[in-house]
Amino acid sequence: MHNDFIILIVIFSILQSNEQTKTIYPLWRKYFIIALSICIILLILETSIDLIRPVTVWIALILTFFLFYLSYIRKEFLPIKSLSLALLPLVVVNLIEQATILINQSTYTAWQNYFETASSFAFIWLVAMLIISRRQRKALEKERLKAEAKEKEYQQAQFMKAELENLVVERTGELTLQKEELIHALDDLKSTQAQLIQSEKMASLGELTAGIAHEIKNPLNFVNNFAEVNNELIEEMIAEIDKGDMEEVKAIASDIKQNLEKINNHGKRADAIVKGMLEHSRTSDGEKTPTDINALSDEYLRLAYHGLRAKDKSFNATMKTDFDDSIEIINIITQDIGRVILNLITNAFYAVSHTKLSKSEEFAPTVWLKTKKTKIGIEISVKDNGNGIPSDVLDKIFQPFFTTKPTGEGTGLGLSMSYDIITNGHGGTLKVESIEGEGSIFTIVLPNKF
Amino acid sequence: MKILVVDDEKDVKVLFEQRFRREVKNGEMEFVFAFSGEEAIEILKNLKHEAILILSDINMPGMSGLDLLNHIKNKYVKPPPVVMMITAYGDEENYNTAKRLGADDFLTKPLDFKLLKEKLKTMMDGKDFSSR
Repeated sequence: MHNDFIILIVIFSILQSNEQTKTIYPLWRKYFIIALSICIILLILETSIDLIRPVTVWIALILTFFLFYLSYIRKEFLPIKSLSLALLPLVVVNLIEQATILINQSTYTAWQNYFETASSFAFIWLVAMLIISRRQRKALEKERLKAEAKEKEYQQAQFMKAELENLVVERTGELTLQKEELIHALDDLKSTQAQLIQSEKMASLGELTAGIAHEIKNPLNFVNNFAEVNNELIEEMIAEIDKGDMEEVKAIASDIKQNLEKINNHGKRADAIVKGMLEHSRTSDGEKTPTDINALSDEYLRLAYHGLRAKDKSFNATMKTDFDDSIEIINIITQDIGRVILNLITNAFYAVSHTKLSKSEEFAPTVWLKTKKTKIGIEISVKDNGNGIPSDVLDKIFQPFFTTKPTGEGTGLGLSMSYDIITNGHGGTLKVESIEGEGSIFTIVLPNKF
Repeated sequence: MKILVVDDEKDVKVLFEQRFRREVKNGEMEFVFAFSGEEAIEILKNLKHEAILILSDINMPGMSGLDLLNHIKNKYVKPPPVVMMITAYGDEENYNTAKRLGADDFLTKPLDFKLLKEKLKTMMDGKDFSSR
């Protein structure tokens, strides 16, 4: 059996066609192809010329063993490592056979049967090894595919993880931004609320200022004119003294004295008005001071009336007051309660002046302001004969920012602030009753506990 | 000549009496006071056929000076009284309304009595002149 070169051809074929050789050792592949060609030529030569066979067989055998050896020490020959193990018995049998031929032809002839049997076994070994190795390779391949799939999965997981992390960072950024925006919005709202409260105070101050201007001009009119009159009277008095008419001098002197008292009174009146204005504009320090509720009510009624008159020249209404003189001085946050009274009266005036527009000439716009001492405390009520408050609106009037006035005219905070001052600030109650077409009555009750 | 002063401030009475002391003494002027528009109308009812000059404040509770002016110029026919308006608000709107309703003059507080005196005197002279 001339299988020596066939084995070599197989070996070189495997080596040159190996993927690793192709990619990593292209130069080696060239050598393998050259070696493969030589082997084919030698096989042809050996088959055709029987004479050279003893030489070529040995060349093939030595080369084969050398290649086996190389497969163990050189990585370029690694692909034939398993093959070498499979081929080894066959090659060894061949070697012994050839060696026997070389030493003693007769022995060989006698043993030829044994050699043939050995060759067969070696061949079976080869086939078995190839099958095993193939199986192993397949298993390995399976493992490799599995590992690859796992690797792929892992990479995908890594990728997804990275993506998720990105997403988390992005979302966190968005949330942080939103949080900051919300904090900003909240700050804005807080400052807007403060501004609105201030503007409500300023609006009522504006109503007051016009009233105050009028209220102050009246006493000033008297102060100036009585002072001038006194000047004239003194001149006259000097003239009478020169004449010697002491009776007249005395009469003039008493006039002067009376005028001076008037100047003093009106000066004080102006002073009290300015003080009231300052108190109103000042932020409440929350301190309760002893206050005469009747005087306070009267003062703010006048201020509200003149304030509206200053704004709307056509406005007019009758004011009716009913003050309970038995009310004692009570402790309240004076300017806060003043603000509430002012607000209720201004609303009442607003209601009646609106009603006047829609009703006949006969309609007499009237606002009642009443104080009363009761068992539980002090009652202050403001009543008007306006159009009244529709029942669907009645529940909302104490809500902040609720207003029936046109945009820009009311802040919608007057009644809600009033409610807060009475209930939270003084532990009292602020109630409203209204009949449509007949009018409304707002009642403040301040409990006795002060 | 009778002058009706309408103002809700009670001290106006004392002020006018002292300011026009001499004129009152001479009998040149006679003052009547009303403390509201409604009271002024009552007084006017009793003063029919008397030459009269009315000095009225505008800002009064209840019937305002402008209401009174309107009432006088529309309903109080003979003889047509001279009406001068006085107000603490020297604004155009009040002034224009007063003029439209037929006010003869318009003064602002604090009152300048020298000016008022001059005005009253020329007005009385004018009246004398027209009645002559």
